Amino acid sequence: MQFALMIYHTSEEFDMRKNDYNHPHLGAWRAYHKALVAAGVYVGGSALELPETGTTVRVKEGKRRVQDGPYADTKEQLAGFIILEVPSVDGALEWAARCPGASIGAVEVRPLAPEAMRRGFTGE
Amino acid sequence: MNEINQEDTHRTIERVARESYGRLVAYLSVHTHDLASAEDSLSNALVSALNHWPQEGVPKNPEAWLLTAARHSLIDAIRHQKVVLESEPTIKFLTENSTETTLQTTTQFPDERLKLLFVCAHPAIDPAMHTPLMLQTVLGLDAARIAQAFLIAPKTMGQRLFRAKTKIRSGGIPFEIPQERDLPERLDTVLEAVYAAFGIGWDDMVGADHRGRDLAEEALWLARVLLQLMSGEAEVQGLLALMLHCEGRRPARRGPDGRYVPLSEQDPKHWSLPLIEEAERHLSAAFKQQRVGRFQLEAAIQSVHAERAHTGRVDWPAIVLFYEQLLRISPALGTRVGYAAAIAKANGPEGGLAILNSIDPNTVSLYQPYWAVRAHLLQRLGKTREATDAYDRAIGLSEDPAVRAFLLHKRR
Repeated sequence: MQFALMIYHTSEEFDMRKNDYNHPHLGAWRAYHKALVAAGVYVGGSALELPETGTTVRVKEGKRRVQDGPYADTKEQLAGFIILEVPSVDGALEWAARCPGASIGAVEVRPLAPEAMRRGFTGE
Repeated sequence: MNEINQEDTHRTIERVARESYGRLVAYLSVHTHDLASAEDSLSNALVSALNHWPQEGVPKNPEAWLLTAARHSLIDAIRHQKVVLESEPTIKFLTENSTETTLQTTTQFPDERLKLLFVCAHPAIDPAMHTPLMLQTVLGLDAARIAQAFLIAPKTMGQRLFRAKTKIRSGGIPFEIPQERDLPERLDTVLEAVYAAFGIGWDDMVGADHRGRDLAEEALWLARVLLQLMSGEAEVQGLLALMLHCEGRRPARRGPDGRYVPLSEQDPKHWSLPLIEEAERHLSAAFKQQRVGRFQLEAAIQSVHAERAHTGRVDWPAIVLFYEQLLRISPALGTRVGYAAAIAKANGPEGGLAILNSIDPNTVSLYQPYWAVRAHLLQRLGKTREATDAYDRAIGLSEDPAVRAFLLHKRR
């Protein structure tokens, strides 16, 4: 079963990205990634650029609305995502708890939509 | 009634609820096998107590008052379900001897909690639900709190508890104490479940894995209840001794700055002497019975560690011997890793590493203490590159930021 771990950072944690490669926080992330791959559960994922680099687009009544910044103006912002293949939600929650992002910001765990529902979106 | 008395009343209700919850649920469900209804009726009774006691004063026998109120609520609920035919015998049981007068004067009703504990840890119930069931039915913890400790979505925990109770009600799981023949095995499952609530991982060596479960107080309560109900069981005392030893070291496990402090670096001055002394009393009483078991051996290992408070050193060869006995009884992964760590301390890192290498690699990919001990031993052997790799695995599997920081520091 596949799950998305959506990692939400506080601004404090976004700032930590400026640290050099050997900073413990980044070391913890690299170790986490290594453990995911070694356990054979890692499917894919990526960190995202800072929220202020985002642009939000809507088309309302034929008019384009373009806005600077992320979709939601919240204290914690989406910082990246990881797709996992695990037997059940229990395993996905375990990995979320181990995520270095969980001890500062938050990690949302959500199942990917089942195959049948995905076909409705993709037609494949 | 003035405010202070109101507060007193609320405190009394809380205290009675805490002390009597399991006794009342057990007694109310022992014949019906319906835990959910017993709990519902008891919570109705507690609400009723909150409404009546502040005005009318706390009754002389609060437990009997709650039992009567819960019984009335239960009878109402059963009548409401309109399954009269099936329920007749149940209602008969509930109404027999249940007039207000008898209950107000009789303080005693049978303590059926032991049966309830065996029901919660019955082999037909999903082992993952043994502990949550005990915490809910014996201690009255709500599903949300249990969900936190077991890292499960609160709604999911609620559903799993509900399903387990349905199985108990309709699956013919007997409310009884197992027969002599089955008792050791069944008791072991109960003890496992109590220990799972305690959830202390490791503070031996560098293998640190304090994962979730922060229910030490609840686990100790359950173990004390169990000991009260089965005073002759050596393993019950062994389990209590084990948990008291670990609990006694809790204050030393964190530095003033929140830093993680492994056992070998803990200052015994910060250990709780009363808890450790209590642990020792239980352990020696258990050993006198000459029926050694897993929990007594684990407690014995902790007892050797505790001796450092007096001797200033750890008798590693003694720990090795206890691990060897333990491995004969239960060759669990945690025991094998602990044995490797002890051998490394007693005879040097090569021996410890050899034991780790003999463990099937497929079983360790999620087991943090294995990687933490492995990293430490490789580092001691000067195999820096391999050690770094193992440290990364241990760090990546750690949940506690303090443990992560500790291992990151050692990794350099």
